[in-house]
Amino acid sequence: MMGLILLVGIFQSWNVALSIFNLCLISAVMTMGANVQWGYAGLINFGLMGYAALGGLAAVLISVDPVQEAWRAGGFDILMCLWLIIVMIMAIRFILKNFEKSKYRTYGIAAIIIAGIIIIRVTAEPGIEAIEAINPAKTGFLGGFGLPIMFSWIIGAFFAGGLAFVVGKVALGLRADYLAIATLLISEIVIAIIKHEDWLSRGVKNVIGLDRPVPYEVNLQTTDWFINLVAKFNSSKLELISNMADRQTALNQLVIEGSSVFVKLCYSGLFLTVVIALLIVTQKALYSPWGRMMRAIRDNEEAANAMGKNVVKQHLLIFILGSAIVGIAGAMLVTQDGLFTPGSYRPMRYTFLIWVMVIVGGSGNNFGAILGGFAVWFLWIEAAPIALFLINLFTSGMPDTHALKVHLIESVPYFRYLMMGLGLLLIMRYRPKGILPEKIEIK
Amino acid sequence: MDFINAIILLLNYIFVPALTYGSQLALGAIFVTLIYGILRFANFATGDMMAFGTMVTILFTWYFQSLGISLGVLPTALIAIPFAIIFMIGYMLFIDKFVFRYYRVNKSPPVQLAMVSIGVMFVTQAVVRIIIGPSDRRFFDGEKFIIKAGEFKEMTGLNEGLAIKSSQVITIFVTLILVSILFWFLNKTKTGKSMRAYSDNEDLALLSGIDPKKVVMITWIIAGILATIGGALYGLDKSFKPFTYFNNMLPIFAAAIVGGIGNPFGAFLGGYVIAFSEIFITYAYKKFFMYILPESMEPETLVQLLSTDYKFAVSFSILVIVLLYRPNGIFKGKVL
Repeated sequence: MMGLILLVGIFQSWNVALSIFNLCLISAVMTMGANVQWGYAGLINFGLMGYAALGGLAAVLISVDPVQEAWRAGGFDILMCLWLIIVMIMAIRFILKNFEKSKYRTYGIAAIIIAGIIIIRVTAEPGIEAIEAINPAKTGFLGGFGLPIMFSWIIGAFFAGGLAFVVGKVALGLRADYLAIATLLISEIVIAIIKHEDWLSRGVKNVIGLDRPVPYEVNLQTTDWFINLVAKFNSSKLELISNMADRQTALNQLVIEGSSVFVKLCYSGLFLTVVIALLIVTQKALYSPWGRMMRAIRDNEEAANAMGKNVVKQHLLIFILGSAIVGIAGAMLVTQDGLFTPGSYRPMRYTFLIWVMVIVGGSGNNFGAILGGFAVWFLWIEAAPIALFLINLFTSGMPDTHALKVHLIESVPYFRYLMMGLGLLLIMRYRPKGILPEKIEIK
Repeated sequence: MDFINAIILLLNYIFVPALTYGSQLALGAIFVTLIYGILRFANFATGDMMAFGTMVTILFTWYFQSLGISLGVLPTALIAIPFAIIFMIGYMLFIDKFVFRYYRVNKSPPVQLAMVSIGVMFVTQAVVRIIIGPSDRRFFDGEKFIIKAGEFKEMTGLNEGLAIKSSQVITIFVTLILVSILFWFLNKTKTGKSMRAYSDNEDLALLSGIDPKKVVMITWIIAGILATIGGALYGLDKSFKPFTYFNNMLPIFAAAIVGGIGNPFGAFLGGYVIAFSEIFITYAYKKFFMYILPESMEPETLVQLLSTDYKFAVSFSILVIVLLYRPNGIFKGKVL
């Protein structure tokens, strides 16, 4: 797999190769999250996109500087709402605890929720309008805490874990395919909220220019040590140019290219650390008594229950852990891109594609998950060039203006779906356990 | 007079659109529920299969239009639909033979079949986009309106107009006819009864001599008919865009589960439940209250429970509530 990425580096450019590599690493983290849920415990979670989006939201809320004006204008109303929501939840909990289950209790809870929503809307409306009115082209939202963006990787995990706790409480009792649908739909609700609550994260207006944990290209290009480094690396090439002015322009060109490669390498280092750390932890967990218990629960719930294992609790725990890993990946993605676009969290890209990675790589095997993340993402990116090559090969007899050929070349981007689908179907049919199947060693 | 105006307002903006949208969802939901009840898996390719059927309909429509065949005031697509259905049934049976049959024969768990249906979803999506492209297409021709808002105002002398599009009437009529035939088939004919028996208890059905191959084949045929008609009606009423069809899968699932999955009648009603609640909750009632309340009490805000951005979220929330309180759906379906 690394060899393929190196090939891209040699033939296309190192920039492209590194950006594929970075996204491969992020996909691998997401896949590991899904694999913890599906491979270890047999829980199916189609809501990955929602957790990834929450991770991204965490990145925004952590790294952006607070917008003081907005806080002054509407901060009080929003805090008021938050307080109201907490009161509402406490009231519902109180009723659930202290009253017998009856029709009146159900109606009472429904009444509290409806009244609560109306009160919250009334309190929030002026605050939201005030916040969104402040410099809508640039801010128009509350901003964040102004901390380094790396913190968001942890906070994103907590956000996603929190959502997973709620979803797990609601949906984990359902049968597998219902769980899939329920998690998918709940994630859609979460994304709808992130998309349309502009005061929180500007919604579909996107947040751009997030802080970076690595240096900026522009700064690098004027730093002495970096220029010297580039000169050192390319000294043989530069010495061939005799003219001093030409050598300077060549060096400048190299520095510009080198700076973006260097930035991507920094990201790769950070992401690689996360992947390796997660790999060690998940591998340890897989072979620990806890991992054995999870497999027991997965393979025979009743028997595990009879042995005194709390199936419901363990399911909830692993659901939270897996989702938290996806949340980290979501935060990493936004960190790398430097922008948060809620509109881009589509089920196709952030749920089904990740699932293809899990199935293709091999469920229950962490190395399989990483391999799946790498292989599938690589294909997803390189599918268009491959398809273009194949089309040109098969239609080489036709003239360039032939309608069929033109049509096919226009629809090249969609061949990636075809490849993913066929790949998934073939793997499911002929290698149902994935490329690297689950191996259980008894030590 | 104000009262009648208010009623017309609700009819125009809530009742007619919701009934149309509900009919489209209902057809999809019956499709999901039939596959779930008889083949026993959640079909994630639903939306894209409907897009495929619609695409074939559009291609036939274009062909007929180029031949100069038309139905006059009715859209040409109505002649195209039967041909598209034949094509679609072929496609369904092809997929079943080469993809789903293997897992059914091996008695794979439903989750695996659901995963396989994701593979089918990817492939179908690719095929649709490669053949017809991802852009928005309208293929409605013929008379657009049965009653225009302006004409209605003149006729009745009311302030509020009532516009009824012919695509809406066609949708509702076709749905009613199709669903009645389907229920007659399932409840009265021998084949339909054998399908219900198979869905209820597979082993018992096999013991009493029901041919599983035939049941499965007929299920796919009905599914093909429903997918094509449901998709084409949606496309006629709004427009055809592969991405929207994929997204429509979600409210369709919600409708099927709310109605009680595995229960066709529940799915039929579930479609309307979802459609009406989506539109009821996101409609701004300001004008309605302006008509029925005296002037001093007129509301200043839009009187909208949730903004229209949350249209989909409403149906999903209903699903979550139903799952919490009545996991079998409103009209008891299979046990989850």
